[in-house]
Amino acid sequence: MSNAKTVTDASFDADVINSEDTIMVDFWAEWCGPCRAVSPILDQIAEEHSDKIKIVKLNVDDNPQIAAKYQITSIPAMKVFRGGEVVKTIIGAKPKAALEHDLVDYLS
Amino acid sequence: MRQIIIIGSGPAGFTAAIYAARAGLEPLLIASSVEAGGELMKTTEVENFPGFPEGIQGPDLMTKLQEQAEKFGTEVLLDDVTSVDFTGDVKKISTGYSGEFEAQAVIFATGSAYRKLGLDDEERLSGRGVSWCATCDGFFFKKKTIAVIGGGDSAMEEATFLTRFADKVYLVHRKDSLRASKIMQERAFANEKIEFVFNSAVVGINGENTVESLALENTVTGETSQLDVQGLFVAIGNDPRTHLIHGQLDLTAAGTIAVAGRSSKTNIPGVFAAGDVIDDTYRQAATAAASGTVAALDAEQYLAGLAEAGAIAELREAEHEISLVEAVATRR
Repeated sequence: MSNAKTVTDASFDADVINSEDTIMVDFWAEWCGPCRAVSPILDQIAEEHSDKIKIVKLNVDDNPQIAAKYQITSIPAMKVFRGGEVVKTIIGAKPKAALEHDLVDYLS
Repeated sequence: MRQIIIIGSGPAGFTAAIYAARAGLEPLLIASSVEAGGELMKTTEVENFPGFPEGIQGPDLMTKLQEQAEKFGTEVLLDDVTSVDFTGDVKKISTGYSGEFEAQAVIFATGSAYRKLGLDDEERLSGRGVSWCATCDGFFFKKKTIAVIGGGDSAMEEATFLTRFADKVYLVHRKDSLRASKIMQERAFANEKIEFVFNSAVVGINGENTVESLALENTVTGETSQLDVQGLFVAIGNDPRTHLIHGQLDLTAAGTIAVAGRSSKTNIPGVFAAGDVIDDTYRQAATAAASGTVAALDAEQYLAGLAEAGAIAELREAEHEISLVEAVATRR
């Protein structure tokens, strides 16, 4: 499936909060059809903009603490983190162009 | 140029593809980049599609339909159609990433999109308690109190499904009777976690960062009330997805694409429409599949007519040339 790095409740601080990079966390689950549909598109965006943004995945089934902390009630949910703070939230599977438009501030 | 392109990947699109592919038309099916499979991808158990006595999961059914279409030579493209030009004999279709395609015939089967309530706070709280997909988001409402809005089959299905997670599900409906099928109604009525709130319209969604309550208005008395919920699932119906063809294809008063009688023929020769985009009444997987069948057969006949007309034109041209040669020969 996806090549994106997996983050967990345990690794979230180290991998996301304390990271110096711009990181987008893809909150997803196996049973979520739209999550599976958007996953390869996120892979493409990550590959094409690897110098600007890193995209990691958090499985909400396996990591309920982080999902609850960020009040996830709808997936796929994609949150961009900078310096430990959420700077952008995208809800729902969208075509690549729409995602790139939403992320324009972080890809250029 | 292709003989036929199918736009849409629900039961109508894939069934049209199965028929067109078996007829040797080598269809291209443009499925969309993130919504391939259509509405059934968001459902769970499908119990009323013929041939599956044990029921089948919506996404599994769509996978099987796609496999069947591909088996006979359908090419499936995961891309979005951005514009169409149906004005000439050659139909032109532009996509997000794969460039432009041309075809002699097109089957338009783009289905329908979830209808929104149209409230100010709906968009703001979307993903913060407001949802259109119970199977995607129900998981996040464990032990919560939520509301489902609507009176049709999808509202009943969502409410029943959501009781797996939620402690309490209010089913809020504008009228005092339901449009849903009897079996779905009975299932919802029998579920003790579901409470019906009839004659009530949602007029507001309250909450700072997440949904906290709904403002309801009684559709008979006009009285307003507040319903405390942490989640809201909107299932108030669908609108046909016709934005691509506005100004090109005629629509009905209901907003669906107008077709001639029981056929799939639109006002433009060579453009056929099928599934929910022409149907605001039945809207079932089985009726969409049947509608896709009709469209493929109509398109097949149209293409045969074109081929015949082409053959006759060639024959005429050949005859004309022969007569010219004969005329020249006679003169000599």
